[in-house]
Amino acid sequence: MYRYNEFDRDFLAERNLQFRAQVERRIDGSLTEDEFKPLRLMNGLYLQLHAYMLRVAIPYGTLNSAQMRQLALLAEKWDKGYGHFTTRQNIQYNWPRLRDVPDMLDALAEVGLHAIQTSGNTIRNVTADHFAGAAADEVADPRPVAELLRQWSTDHPEFQFMPRKFKIAITGAPNDRAVTAAHDIGLRIVEQDGEIGYQVLVGGGLGRTPMIGKVLAEFIPAADLLPYLEATVAVWNVIGRRDNKYKARIKILVHEFGLENLREEVETEFALRKPLYAGGKDVALLEEIKAHFVAPTFETAPVDAFDTAYAADPIFRSWADTNLAEHRADGYAIATISLKKQGDTPGDATADQMRVMADLASQYGHDELRISHEQNVILPHVHKRHLPALHAALQKAGLATANIGLISDIIACPGMDYCALATARSIPVAQEIATRFEELKLEHEVGPLKIKISGCINACGHHHVGHIGILGLDRAGVENYQITLGGDGTEDAVIGTRTGPGFAYDEIVGAVETIVTTYLGLRQDAGETFLQAYRRVGIEPFKSALYPEAKTRAA
Amino acid sequence: MPRRFTPKVITANHLLEGDVVYLTADDRWTRRHEEAELITDEAHAQIRLLDAEQQVDTVVGVYLADAVAGETGPEPTHFREVFRTRGPSNYAHGKQVEL
Repeated sequence: MYRYNEFDRDFLAERNLQFRAQVERRIDGSLTEDEFKPLRLMNGLYLQLHAYMLRVAIPYGTLNSAQMRQLALLAEKWDKGYGHFTTRQNIQYNWPRLRDVPDMLDALAEVGLHAIQTSGNTIRNVTADHFAGAAADEVADPRPVAELLRQWSTDHPEFQFMPRKFKIAITGAPNDRAVTAAHDIGLRIVEQDGEIGYQVLVGGGLGRTPMIGKVLAEFIPAADLLPYLEATVAVWNVIGRRDNKYKARIKILVHEFGLENLREEVETEFALRKPLYAGGKDVALLEEIKAHFVAPTFETAPVDAFDTAYAADPIFRSWADTNLAEHRADGYAIATISLKKQGDTPGDATADQMRVMADLASQYGHDELRISHEQNVILPHVHKRHLPALHAALQKAGLATANIGLISDIIACPGMDYCALATARSIPVAQEIATRFEELKLEHEVGPLKIKISGCINACGHHHVGHIGILGLDRAGVENYQITLGGDGTEDAVIGTRTGPGFAYDEIVGAVETIVTTYLGLRQDAGETFLQAYRRVGIEPFKSALYPEAKTRAA
Repeated sequence: MPRRFTPKVITANHLLEGDVVYLTADDRWTRRHEEAELITDEAHAQIRLLDAEQQVDTVVGVYLADAVAGETGPEPTHFREVFRTRGPSNYAHGKQVEL
């Protein structure tokens, strides 16, 4: 876990002091909203539908228990007792008052957290694989590099007023759990002849023009990473479009200017910037940061307690089957805590639940927690002998839902229940889908299925890469939901295909049920997942089921 | 042909609390939609909007929202504006419990 040094602490204190003064000047009238807005956005403060919203970064999704407790304190003291974990490894508070925000930021700084660059046309919170440092399939822990990028990009003077926001994600494993192909830059740690380096993807993104990232460089050695990324962002910063905000992201540059041309420009720029890094300070810093991310000392102990509970307790078994993932250390597991209890708001946790998770992390999980872009919380290092006790404690806190990767483990953006940009609601759609399949008792039979819901075209809910994606729109003053099928956010990233006309608010849950029933009817056996079946049969059977009247007309 | 003007209310968010407010005929900012001034004349709407936008130390993000006359006062017509009068649908928070 990265620990702030004097410089980090002073920087944050200074920045919070500046923002406190800016808030005061806004309140006393010496700053207009036009002047204040970019300042508050730089510090993660939005004005939403019903209130202000503070977006706090959880860099590369990593927290310790003290930080999680502090997030609980903020929820309780300055909000309505809960927080919302987002698809970008942030936490959002939906009800802060303007006057309280500087105090909230100071409280965050006490545990080394902040809201800097969680908004605005800057390099945003760098996200990473939520199993980083624990996954069995990992080449290297991506978090030290993510931390290096955070330090490099924070207040980077060249990158404060860019054409648009810029998002970077990094994975250290070949199984991409960080959706790197849907980011402005996606980094994948790879090994070549014993050397660790980075495959650089560029121009991915969802939103109104969804694009899958393309490989800009196959292998960038560690010593070249910062100058190479700096060159890439710099080229876009200069030639990226500023005339139209919808065409400003780097994906449009890649599309219009061409990958080859961009690569050439980046290479030229890289040659100019590389000498500036000649001292190797960035490499030395990376080594220093790595020391903060040394894995805990894993225990060697029998796992009988786990085996016994697994054999005897069907509820524990069901949870273990869905919520545990393979750990790189013997006797350990990665435990995902679902924030998707059927009927609840995806990604929300109460202050009490946050404290329970913090306690469990310190008691059983080497004091580590992770937040996933899928809006769940992870205890990355739990020895298997503790899992029965962990599960029992989670049950008491309403946190033992056994549904990771299943139909009710839905990503949903805040939608029009909170967001000022939204065109329709997302949360109640997610709640109703989860509840419906819970009632039908179909969830486990259906198996792995990712539903992702966005309440507007900006696609915070990642609907394009959902196996079933749902996009809420405003059609002539009525909420309307479009469906896409076959999207995939992994290393084989694919943008989903639209089924056809959208569905009304009271039809959308039924439409999802139709899709799932169609899948169950056509799958070869219980082992063929929804995505596999979709890839085999294509969209037509689902279309016919969704739009029977169209079939009749065509006949 | 220019679009026919439809009745409007003036709405914004409160600077300090961030919650939704509406401009009344007697120049107050109210939390209740039904107390808002229902503006039926386009020229008057523009003048009221200018007045409201001047109040930078009280409100943020002033705009005109469609509304119709109801039994107790103006009522919103678009679902977004309906949600703004009551709060989110997933929790009993906001105006639906505070007013």
